[in-house]
Amino acid sequence: MNAGAQPGETDTQPVPDDTPVDLEAAFRDSQVQEVLDKLDRELVGLKPVKTRIREIAALLLVDRLRRQLGLITETPTLHMSFTGNPGTGKTTVALRMAEILHRLGYVRQGHLVAVTRDDLVGQYIGHTAPKTKEVLKRAMGGVLFIDEAYYLYRPENERDYGQEAIEILLQIMENNRDDLVVILAGYKDKMDRFFLSNPGMRSRIAHHLDFPDYAAEELMGIASLMLAQVQYRFSPEAEKAFGDYIHRRMKMPHFANARSIRNALDRARLRQANRLFARARERLTKRDLMLLEPEDIVASRVFSEGVPDEQLSGAGPK
Amino acid sequence: MMTNHGSRITQGTFSFLPDMTDEQITKQIQYCLKNGWALNVEFTDDPHPRNTYWEMWGIPMFDIKDAAGILYEVNQCRKAYPNHYIRLTAFDSTRGTESVKLSFLVNRPKNEPGFGLVRQEVDGRRIRYTIHSYASERPEGERYR
Repeated sequence: MNAGAQPGETDTQPVPDDTPVDLEAAFRDSQVQEVLDKLDRELVGLKPVKTRIREIAALLLVDRLRRQLGLITETPTLHMSFTGNPGTGKTTVALRMAEILHRLGYVRQGHLVAVTRDDLVGQYIGHTAPKTKEVLKRAMGGVLFIDEAYYLYRPENERDYGQEAIEILLQIMENNRDDLVVILAGYKDKMDRFFLSNPGMRSRIAHHLDFPDYAAEELMGIASLMLAQVQYRFSPEAEKAFGDYIHRRMKMPHFANARSIRNALDRARLRQANRLFARARERLTKRDLMLLEPEDIVASRVFSEGVPDEQLSGAGPK
Repeated sequence: MMTNHGSRITQGTFSFLPDMTDEQITKQIQYCLKNGWALNVEFTDDPHPRNTYWEMWGIPMFDIKDAAGILYEVNQCRKAYPNHYIRLTAFDSTRGTESVKLSFLVNRPKNEPGFGLVRQEVDGRRIRYTIHSYASERPEGERYR
């Protein structure tokens, strides 16, 4: 070690302006690319979201380099709001976000605490503050994900304790910026109304990400990914049938993007199991256990009656 | 003769060392969390060594991943009782242990008057000794100003 160099003295010695900066090496070392690749591979579509995550990753890396060279760095505010229709991947991205921010050294532990109104708001006077603080403490060092955040604010009831939770939230979001990242999520229109009535919240959130609905081809890609995860696959005819299913289902009410796809696949697996039982006396192979056939899909009510299976199930008209 | 200079009380781990900085406290907390111990903030203004059960600041904290959450409570307690003794205790719930594994002071009053020796003469001119903290001559809550 250099005998003269005391800790802390390096700050006072200015680094010359033409010091070379190896951004690429820093990028490699942080292993962020790995996470971004995984994001690309496992999440279909979501172009604007991925772009923003890339930008945030770049900013944090540049900040880290600046700090190494003794330049002033201000910790950026990374509180976010995710808006989008049901099933567009808000929670999944939030989970990834925790991992990315952890790799970049922005949050220390990198865990995700997912909560809703129930976890933050108390039932009687004086109950809310400790409850909210408890959750916030649990989330410190990681990411706090508040799903359907607009339920925190109920304008129709002026004695609602939600307002108290919001105030504590704002206070900690401001004062403990280094300790946690807060992500609010919800449907677009309701979130907009929520921010309108809580301008303080809007200004403290730097990143507003909008999750677009998936196109039919993207949903097909999601379906194949979901099936591959549980080691199933479509037969070519079944794939065609499922494509048809997606088109029909998208036009129906209560379509919840990827979530509807997952439900449809779950039911298809149910029907496949039933079909296999019906022909149990034949010789079945491993392939039979993995393959989804068109009849597993066209049996859906989406085809016969034009209504989604989720509705009326069990309680439908006789 | 003074054996304990400045009358600083020496209870818990690290108490013979200079007061820890928040950074050092953070590291100790992180160590406790890594071992899965539940931390608890306690405070008192009665420095007697036999005063084992201190007031609790909130309930013991389980399920916390990062030291910042604990330090937040420590700071809240410091704000409310800037001139009290505040300690952190780390409880290990492992079966067979179920006890405090680590306990250390994170705050102490600015002036600690220390202890006096009390002699009590009992039958047969025997002497009983005990100690008495000067601070506790005043009522609770007014002991350290």
